[in-house]
Amino acid sequence: MPKVKVARKSTALDMAPMCDVGFLLLTFLLLTSTFIKKEAVQVATPKSTSEIKISEKNVLQILVDNDGKVFIGLDKQADRATILEKVGEKYGLSFTAKQIKDFSLVPSFGVPTEKLKAYLDLPAELRDMKENALGIPADSLNNQFKDWVKAAREINPDLIIAIKADQKTPYPKIKNVMSTLQDLRENRYHLITSLEEAPKGL
Amino acid sequence: MSEISTDKGTKKKGQPKKLSTRVDFTPMVDLAFLLITFFILSTSMMKPETMEISMPSKDKVKEEEQTKVKASNAITIMLGKNDKVYYYFGTPDTAKVKITTFAPKGGIRDILLKRNMDVAKQIFELKAKKANKQITQDQFTAESAKIRDNKAAPTVMIKATDESNYNNLVNILDEMNICSIAKYAIVPIEGRDKEMIKKKDPDSGLK
Repeated sequence: MPKVKVARKSTALDMAPMCDVGFLLLTFLLLTSTFIKKEAVQVATPKSTSEIKISEKNVLQILVDNDGKVFIGLDKQADRATILEKVGEKYGLSFTAKQIKDFSLVPSFGVPTEKLKAYLDLPAELRDMKENALGIPADSLNNQFKDWVKAAREINPDLIIAIKADQKTPYPKIKNVMSTLQDLRENRYHLITSLEEAPKGL
Repeated sequence: MSEISTDKGTKKKGQPKKLSTRVDFTPMVDLAFLLITFFILSTSMMKPETMEISMPSKDKVKEEEQTKVKASNAITIMLGKNDKVYYYFGTPDTAKVKITTFAPKGGIRDILLKRNMDVAKQIFELKAKKANKQITQDQFTAESAKIRDNKAAPTVMIKATDESNYNNLVNILDEMNICSIAKYAIVPIEGRDKEMIKKKDPDSGLK
C-alpha cells in the first residue's frame, strides 16, 4: 500500500490585516484619549450624579488632600512661568532662568513660597517625594494661596477654577479654600467628582 | 523568519532566482501592539465630571435688598459628624430638629422629595421625554427652568458643621440635583443651630 502523503502546507500567516487592525486601534486611542496628568497628591474624589464635563484648557486646579493641604496646578506651561515671576515679585524672590523653566514643567505643586527655591533646585525625581508635599499655606494669617489664585486670574481672565478635594477632607479646610475664593470674588467654580449612576424613578 | 520554505528545489540551474515580494509583517504587528499597550496605560479616556456651584458674593447686602425666605418653604439641613444629617423646617424658633442619614431610601432624599414632589415629578416626566427623544436639549433646558421657578418649591439652606467632611458636602449638593431643588445655598452655621444640634444629639461632637 502506498503511503498517504500529507501535503506540506505553509505555516506562515499573513500578518498584514493584523497590522492594519493594530494601527487602527492605535490611531483611535491617540485621537480620543488624553494623557494622564501627574498630580502632586492622589485624591479620591467624591461621587456625584452630575455629568457636566469640564473643558481641558484654561483650568486652574486646586487640589486639597485629606489633611487639607492645598496644591495648585495650571495647565499652560507659559502661564506657569509668568505666575511664578508674579508671585515671586510679591514675596521679594527672584528666580533664575533654570528655576523658572523647571517650574513651568511641574504640573502641580504645593510648597510655601519661602521653600520654593530649594524645591526647584531639587532634581525632578526628588520633587515628588512625600516630604515635599507640604501644601500652600491658606490660613488667614499667611494666605499665600490667595496670592497664587489672584496672580493666575490676572494672567488669564478666562480661567476656570476647579476644586478637586478628597472625600475625607474635613469641612473647615474646604470652607477656608472656598471663602478665600469668595474674597477674590471668584463665586463660580467647579467641584470635580467621579460619576455615580443617578437613581431611577422617583 | 517565520516563513518556511515549501518549494522542493525544482529550480533549474542558470535561471535567475525569483525573489519573493512578500514582506514579513510580524515585527510591525509587534510594534503596533507595543504602542497600543503604552497608550492604554499612559492615557485616560475619561474626562472628569464636575459640579458647578455658585457661591454668594461676600459683599455686604443691605437689609432691604436681602431676599427673605418664606418660613413655610424653608428647609435647613445641617451636616454633622459620621455622615449624620440634621434638618428642620421653617424658622429655628418654632422648629424641631430631626436626625437622618444619606441613605438612598429613608434618608434625606425621601424628605426632600416629599417636600418638592410637584417639581420633582414634572422634571422626572420631562427627563423621560428627553430620553425618548420627544424634545431637544434646548427645549428641555427651557422647560425645566420654567418648572423650577415654582413659588411653592422649598428653599434649602445647607449648613455644614466643622465635624463634617467634603464628601458630605458633595453628597448634599448632589441630593439637591437629584431632588430637582432649584433654590439652595451653602450658609455658614450659626451658634443657635449648633445649640439645637447639641440638644438633640448628645454625641454630635460639636464644641
